[in-house]
Amino acid sequence: MNVLSNELKATGTTPESTGVPSVTAARRRRRVLIYSLRVLLLVVIIGGWELGTRVGVIDKFFWGQPSGIWNQIVTWVTQGTAQGPLWEQIAVTLEETIGGFAIGVVLGVVFGVVLGRNQFLADILGPYIKAANSIPRVTLAPLFAIGLGLGIQSKIALAAVLVFFIVFFNAFQGVREVDRNLLANARILGAGQWQLTTAVIIPSALTWIIASLHTSFSFALVGAVVGEFIGGLQGIGLVIQTAGANFNANGVFAAITILAVVALLSEALVTALERRLLRWRPTTISDVTI
Amino acid sequence: MTTDSSTLTHNATSRATSAIELRDVTKRFLTPTGQAYTAIRDVSLNVAPGEFCAVVGPTGCGKSTTLGLISGLERPSAGEVQVMGEPVQGIDPRIGYVFQSDAVFPWKNVLSNVATGPLFRGQPKAEALKHTREWIARVGLAGFEDHYPHQLSGGMRKRVALAQTFINEPQILLMDEPFSALDVQTRTLMEDELLHLWSSLSASVVFVTHDLEEAISLADRVCVLTAGPGTVKGIYSIDLPRPRKVEEIRFEPRFVQLYQEIWEDLRNEVMISYERTKQRA
Repeated sequence: MNVLSNELKATGTTPESTGVPSVTAARRRRRVLIYSLRVLLLVVIIGGWELGTRVGVIDKFFWGQPSGIWNQIVTWVTQGTAQGPLWEQIAVTLEETIGGFAIGVVLGVVFGVVLGRNQFLADILGPYIKAANSIPRVTLAPLFAIGLGLGIQSKIALAAVLVFFIVFFNAFQGVREVDRNLLANARILGAGQWQLTTAVIIPSALTWIIASLHTSFSFALVGAVVGEFIGGLQGIGLVIQTAGANFNANGVFAAITILAVVALLSEALVTALERRLLRWRPTTISDVTI
Repeated sequence: MTTDSSTLTHNATSRATSAIELRDVTKRFLTPTGQAYTAIRDVSLNVAPGEFCAVVGPTGCGKSTTLGLISGLERPSAGEVQVMGEPVQGIDPRIGYVFQSDAVFPWKNVLSNVATGPLFRGQPKAEALKHTREWIARVGLAGFEDHYPHQLSGGMRKRVALAQTFINEPQILLMDEPFSALDVQTRTLMEDELLHLWSSLSASVVFVTHDLEEAISLADRVCVLTAGPGTVKGIYSIDLPRPRKVEEIRFEPRFVQLYQEIWEDLRNEVMISYERTKQRA
C-alpha cells in the first residue's frame, strides 16, 4: 500500500544512512580523539601518582604506589591471599552479592507491585516503610552477623536489605505511573485482575524497575563487602580489612581495583539485560552533535 | 431543555429495540479540591442495534464521560444505563472501545497488540494468532507484524487500535475522538476505513467527536450536547445515503444543509463554553 510505505518512511524505521562520507569521517575522527584523550587522562593520573611516590612528593606508605598495587595483584594471583586463593575470595563476594541482589530484587518487585496496586495496604504500611527506609541500613550488619553467623548468609541478608528498598520504591512508583488509558484498554479487551498485573502493569513498570537495577547491583556489592568487614571468613571485604590492618595501602588499592572490575562487568550485564527487555522502546538518539 | 421528545423519552418497547439506552443519567465527580463536579446531567439517549450515532458538543461537555458510563468503566451517579436490554454491571465483553489517545501497548509488537483481546478472552494461541493475522491484513498492516508502536506513524497506530478492537467482534463500538490527533488527509482515509469495517460488522456505534463535519459524514444520527454539565440539546437524523465516501459527501447539498441546521444549535454551546474558559483564564 502506497500510503503506508510513505507513512513508514516518514517515521524513519529504515536504518538512518547519512550517506555523506565527510560526515562519517568526521564522526570517526571525533571518536578516535575521545578515546585518545581518555587514555591520556589515565596515563597522566597513574603516571603522576607513580612519579610522585618515586620522587617522594606522595608518601607511598599512606597512598600506595601503582607499581606496588600491580605487584600485589600479581602476588595474589600467583600465590594467593592470606585467606586463600584470590579467585575463591572473588567467588565468595560475588556469591553474596548476586544472592542478595536476587532476593532483594524479587522481594522489592513483589512488594512494590502489591502495594502499588493496593491503596489500602499501602496506606497501612506506608509510614513503616518510610521509617525503615530512613534507617542507615548498613547499621544492620552487626545484627545479621549475630543472627546468621559469619558465613555468607549474613552478607546475603545485608545485601538483600540494601537492594530491596531501592527496587521496592522504583517498582511502587512504576506501578503508580501506569498509563490509565492502557489499563482501561486492557480491561475493555477482557483482562482480569491477574492479567492486568502480568500483561500491563509489570511490563509498564519495567522501565522503572530496570533503571533501579543499575544502582542496586552496586549496593548489593556494598552490602557484601561491608558484611565481610564486620565479620567474615572469606571474601574481598576481608582481604581489604586484613590489608588495612597491616598498613598495606597497596593491598587495599589492589582489592578496590578488583572490586571495580567486578562492578564494571556486572554493570555491563545489567545494561545488556536492559537492552534485551526494553527492546520495544525507541532508541535514544545519541551523538547527534557532530 | 430543548429536546426531540420522540427519540428521548423512553417507552415500553425501547427495551427490546435499543442496543444502548441511557435514562436520565447524571455523573458527578469529586474534584481534587473536594468539590462535586457534574460532568453530565439527565442525559437520555437511545441507540438502535446497528445504528451509528455521533455525539458532538463543546470541550468539557462530558462526551467521554458518556462513553465511560456505557462501557462500564464508570458508574452513573443517578439514572440507569442499559446495554442490550440489561443494566450495565462491570465491563461487558460485547463492547469495544477505541480511545482518543494512543492506548496500544508500547511493549508489544503489532501482532501481539492485535492478539491481546482474543488471548485475554482465553482463545487458544494458534487460533488467536491466525485470526490476528487476518485482521492485520484487513486494516492494511500486513508486513508490519513485528513492528513496535513507536516505529509506526500515528495513522498506522490507529489501524492497530482498530484491529485490536474489531478482532473481538464487538456488538457495541464506543469511539472517543479516535481520529482527532491525525492530520486531515490521514483522517479522511481512516474515516472511510472505519465505515468499511463497520459495514461488515453491523455493530451499534457511539462516536464522540468535536468535529461536526466528521459526525455528519459518518453517522445515522447526530446528538448535540450542551456546554458542561452536558445534557442532550437536540438529536438529528442524517438521511444521507450509504455507502458513503467521506471525502466526497461533504460537497452534497443535503450535507451542507444539515451542517447549517446542526451548527446553529451547536454554535451557542460552543460560545458558552468558550466564554467560560476565557473567564477562568
